[in-house]
Amino acid sequence: MTVTEDAATLAPAKEVGQPRRRKEDARLITGRTTWTDNMVLPGMLHLAVVRSPVAHARITGIDVSAAQQAPNVVAVFTGRDLAEEQGSIPCAWPVTPDMVNPGHPSIAVDQVNHVGEAVAIVVGRSKAAATDAVELVDVDYEILPPVLDMEAAVAEGADLVHDQLESNTSYHFVFDAGEAGTGADTEQAFADAEVVVSRRLVQQRLIPAFMEPRSVVVQPQGDNFTMWSATQIPHVLRVMLAMVTGVPEHKLRIIAPDVGGGFGGKLQVNPEEVLALLLARRLGKPVKWTETRSESLMAAHHGRGQVQFIDIASDREGNVKGLRVRLLADMGAYLRLITPGVPALGAFMFPGIYKFPAYRFECDGVFTNKVPTDAYRGAGRPEATFAIERIMDELAVELGMDPLELRRKNWIQAEEFPFTTVAGLEYDSGDYEQATQKALELLGYDELRAEQQRRRESGDPVQLGIGFSTFTEMCGLAPSRVLGSLSYGAGGWESASIRMLPTGKVEVVTGSTPHGQGHETAWSQLVADQLGVPFEDVEVLHGDTAVSPRGMDTYGSRSLVVGGTAVVKAAEKVVAKARKVAAHLLEASEDDLEFADGKFSVRGTPGATVGIQEIALAVFAAHNYPEDVEPSIDAEATFDPVNFSFPHGTHLCAMEVDTDTGMVKIRKYACVDDVGTVVNPLIVEGQVHGGLAQGIAQALYEEAVYDADGNLTTGSFVDYLVPSAADLPHFDTANTVHAAPGNPIGAKGVGEAGCIASTPAVVNAALDAVRHLGVSDILMPLTPERVWRAIHQGGDGGDRATAGTNAYGGAQTESTAGVSTPASSLGGDR
Amino acid sequence: MIPAPFAYARPTTVDEALQAIAEGGEDVKILAGGQSLIPVMRLRLAAPETVVDLSKVSELRGVREDGDSLVIGAMTTHADVVRDPLIQQYAPLIAEATETVADRQVRHRGTFGGALAHADPAGDLPAVALALDAEFVIAGQNGRRTVPAADFFVDYLTTALEEGELLVEIRVPKLTGQWGMRYEKFNRVAQAWSIVAVAAAVRREDGHIAEARIGLTNMGPTPLRARATEAALAGAAATPEAIAEAARSAAEGTSPSSDLNAQADYREHLVQVLTRRAVSAAAGL
Amino acid sequence: MTSINVRVDGMSYSDDVEPRTLLVHYLRETLGKVGTVVGCDTSNCGACTVHLDGESVKSCTVFAVQADGCEVTTIEGVSSSDGTDGALHPVQKAFHEMHGLQCGFCTPGMIMASIDLLKENPSPSETEIREGIEGNLCRCTGYQNIVRAVQQAAGEMSGSPAGADTLGAQA
Repeated sequence: MTVTEDAATLAPAKEVGQPRRRKEDARLITGRTTWTDNMVLPGMLHLAVVRSPVAHARITGIDVSAAQQAPNVVAVFTGRDLAEEQGSIPCAWPVTPDMVNPGHPSIAVDQVNHVGEAVAIVVGRSKAAATDAVELVDVDYEILPPVLDMEAAVAEGADLVHDQLESNTSYHFVFDAGEAGTGADTEQAFADAEVVVSRRLVQQRLIPAFMEPRSVVVQPQGDNFTMWSATQIPHVLRVMLAMVTGVPEHKLRIIAPDVGGGFGGKLQVNPEEVLALLLARRLGKPVKWTETRSESLMAAHHGRGQVQFIDIASDREGNVKGLRVRLLADMGAYLRLITPGVPALGAFMFPGIYKFPAYRFECDGVFTNKVPTDAYRGAGRPEATFAIERIMDELAVELGMDPLELRRKNWIQAEEFPFTTVAGLEYDSGDYEQATQKALELLGYDELRAEQQRRRESGDPVQLGIGFSTFTEMCGLAPSRVLGSLSYGAGGWESASIRMLPTGKVEVVTGSTPHGQGHETAWSQLVADQLGVPFEDVEVLHGDTAVSPRGMDTYGSRSLVVGGTAVVKAAEKVVAKARKVAAHLLEASEDDLEFADGKFSVRGTPGATVGIQEIALAVFAAHNYPEDVEPSIDAEATFDPVNFSFPHGTHLCAMEVDTDTGMVKIRKYACVDDVGTVVNPLIVEGQVHGGLAQGIAQALYEEAVYDADGNLTTGSFVDYLVPSAADLPHFDTANTVHAAPGNPIGAKGVGEAGCIASTPAVVNAALDAVRHLGVSDILMPLTPERVWRAIHQGGDGGDRATAGTNAYGGAQTESTAGVSTPASSLGGDR
Repeated sequence: MIPAPFAYARPTTVDEALQAIAEGGEDVKILAGGQSLIPVMRLRLAAPETVVDLSKVSELRGVREDGDSLVIGAMTTHADVVRDPLIQQYAPLIAEATETVADRQVRHRGTFGGALAHADPAGDLPAVALALDAEFVIAGQNGRRTVPAADFFVDYLTTALEEGELLVEIRVPKLTGQWGMRYEKFNRVAQAWSIVAVAAAVRREDGHIAEARIGLTNMGPTPLRARATEAALAGAAATPEAIAEAARSAAEGTSPSSDLNAQADYREHLVQVLTRRAVSAAAGL
Repeated sequence: MTSINVRVDGMSYSDDVEPRTLLVHYLRETLGKVGTVVGCDTSNCGACTVHLDGESVKSCTVFAVQADGCEVTTIEGVSSSDGTDGALHPVQKAFHEMHGLQCGFCTPGMIMASIDLLKENPSPSETEIREGIEGNLCRCTGYQNIVRAVQQAAGEMSGSPAGADTLGAQA
């Protein structure tokens, strides 16, 4: 025992697993950052976009003459001016062979299909000049009826978003486990079932609301272009912009400098990025566009937006027999990068952690006159998790069973991993019981249940409820072959390279592009362990296609799982190359060398050692190296996973509901997540916290609301409620660890876990508090009004009024903000 | 976004300010703390020809006593109001409500007079001023006049201030006797305006409620008094039952709007609950 | 154009500005103080928070002309002038130590708001911290580590051991 302990104390601590403080912080806490909007170039021109104030209309005329003559305006362009060269915003995920894609102009030419769509662009010598002239552009619209409600949009005789199309349906996607051979016949399962519970659930539209508004700068240099953009995906953007604009890929360099959050919202080829490139090419001058928050909320893509019809079948004892899901998924007006794929990504996750023998999924992608939807944290999986975790509670109520007992009865047991689900996915590892036990303790479950009982018995106006979410998610996007089978337009590999500098310092180049996660820190930890070099000696380079030429970027909880693995694989190659040089320098056989803590030593020959950092200098000098190798120990690797990874966890929410007002308040939130091996517990915990905040915000606060004319009522942070510190609870978090077998790190991914798991836990908790008062569903977000109506008037709380709040209006002074006015036709009762 | 261009005047006295307003052309806006005006200008929902900035008019700042009244300068910031000892002593309701206005940064800039002159029905201070029977001292080219709170708030974002006039100070009667006060605010997120709020001041005498003053926030185009409830409470027993009974009439005479956060009928319900809570707390129950 | 004289982060500046120029645009575009950022139009997000004569304000909701004769401190001026690591303000240090930031866009404003809060309330409770920074939105952290950072800084600034709980349930 003492021997191993001594060895452990003598060896340098492993970096993986340490709560390393982040390298990124130094510039961020001192304001020495490089946001895209900070960029100033000589002669730079500024763009301001004229946007449609109407949801659906033909453009019958645009008069730009007044704007053109305004002071310091260089040029004004309309869609007509750019029609020949703008192409279409690409859609990389045609989920079915017959999917209908109407094409997506970056700037409207003949017709506008959502409020906020670009109709003209003013180029000014200053941002103020361009902004001032926006008001001088006169556009005539011939108003068309807006198509806003999905269920109405797919009804017979509905008005059409795109009148050249036959319907508002873009595609009909089906996954049937019986047909796929991964499960039994679903119709039969339902026909035979003793109990069937059916629900219609709604996933409201959300807005990613990254804190840094989108921004793009393009600098033309001869026939070359450099674009700085606040994007998650510089590599994908480069390929797509080359295809869309005809600027050859090798003439285009994309740089994502410091990027202030994305959450899927910056996983896009934005119309404004296309337009900035086209205008820089046309004008031969550097151009910049930075959006306002109002533009961001109105014109950057939204997320979620589904009506879910879900049926569950079981026997009387609570053994589930089948699951059937039909979705209406809101595409918005156009298909952007992965718009149609988001619900398809969720298609395989509706069965959750449960052993359903039969499963059928159908989804219609529906066009509406709203801004397109696309990826938002979780992308398809929060929607699926919400539906299954909600319906499990409903089934428990129907059966008179404890909701946890029902889950236990049906979830995959620890010894059953790897487990192939009815959706055909192979879940890799985990232990749902262990995570649940730990979460129950963390919450103080028994005590809260007792209090709930007391409050019920005394008829307390404040009732208490506890909600469960025992979830799993599909992370580590993605095995390229699987993506191919789903008709996705690209692979899911990631690339990394390692450069050993002469002084022994290490440059790691990654194709994953961070925007707040902490890649620079975590990758340094990985490399420090692999190469045995100090954490401080590692520099991580990313986000510039000239520096990091190959990459698939950051989304889908893929960076560590796929990109981190590529780094590890590259490091292994570096060690292998260094081993040959070491053997040469030590005059030993490679087979006799041991590599530990950054040093090669000859087994059985004390003192015969050479460090990998010394070898870096030796190959730089290149005076003495083996004849059959190149004088370099640099290496590069591309990793393509063979399977997804499947983090899981148990989230518990205790919720107080004031039955007098309908106000809900989270009393306690506890969760235990299993994200596999943890490289940096600080970063992992931070990711969970942030995800929780967003998932809770979906349940309680956020919704992109459109009024009957298709105006976005929640057009500023006054009405789109991103919660503050005062609106969120303390989170009690913990982990269990079941390493992912699919990658050498053992990591499963953590970026989306909190966001996917928390929403149903919160809603289930609120329902548990008031179920005895006859409430069985409340629409999200759970506004106090909806909760109060559900309690006192029955139903699901009903639709909200769509008018914006009456805060502001344009007078003298006082407090914060509010945008709705008659002038902007955003409603509001004046 | 960037506001539209405007002419800017920065007077240092009330007289200079009145002069600047008079000379400012058709569309003059008075900039007090700017915490509503500037966002509205940034959104280009307002594009005044001239902005008259009162921030250097030092005579408009501060709180003083004048006999039976507190006199609050119109340009006294929310932050200064909250920490003012005279307000703490004689009008804690103002401090309590002001503390709920927006956030710290906004309270550092936003002003008492500005908030009242803005007359946003969702703003917290108009209902408080109304409940406390404040008086508004208004300066114009022809001298000063005083308007009681009941006449000051005319309509949505509209006050008794005429063109060319300036709100200079607000006089709040000191409350004497055994008064309790409470501002009960209801909103969805901390930083937001009130969905509904209730300002209550209650004077107790021998176990009874002698007098109750109740101001309602966001229950109509202007702040309102809950007159029916006030009448029911006068002389009532200071018991939860009596207060609950009186609070049932809190929505009488209101005309709330419907928006994202609440439809009118829900506001009418909320105001009853909040009135019960505010009055109970003010009565020390 | 209107002439203004302001001191920003210890340096005096005299400039002619358009009256409509927001303080944050003056800081970013005229002075190159790009550490202070703009996150919204409506004074909700607080990303642009600076200190104006020692009090936190949202610099997107103040005109530059209103700062005439005033002292402005931005995130770039809170640590000692050489900007070396050892000279970080205790609040900056605590944000790093407690992982109180991810993308970092809200961070300058969050730090400036926190410094202002601690000046008025040197040992705030968790609730007081949460309410004290209600004017600053963060989309990444869920705020918990920001709260810990402010607690830690409060402890350090008052010379007592950190008031924060130990770092992270998992650390």
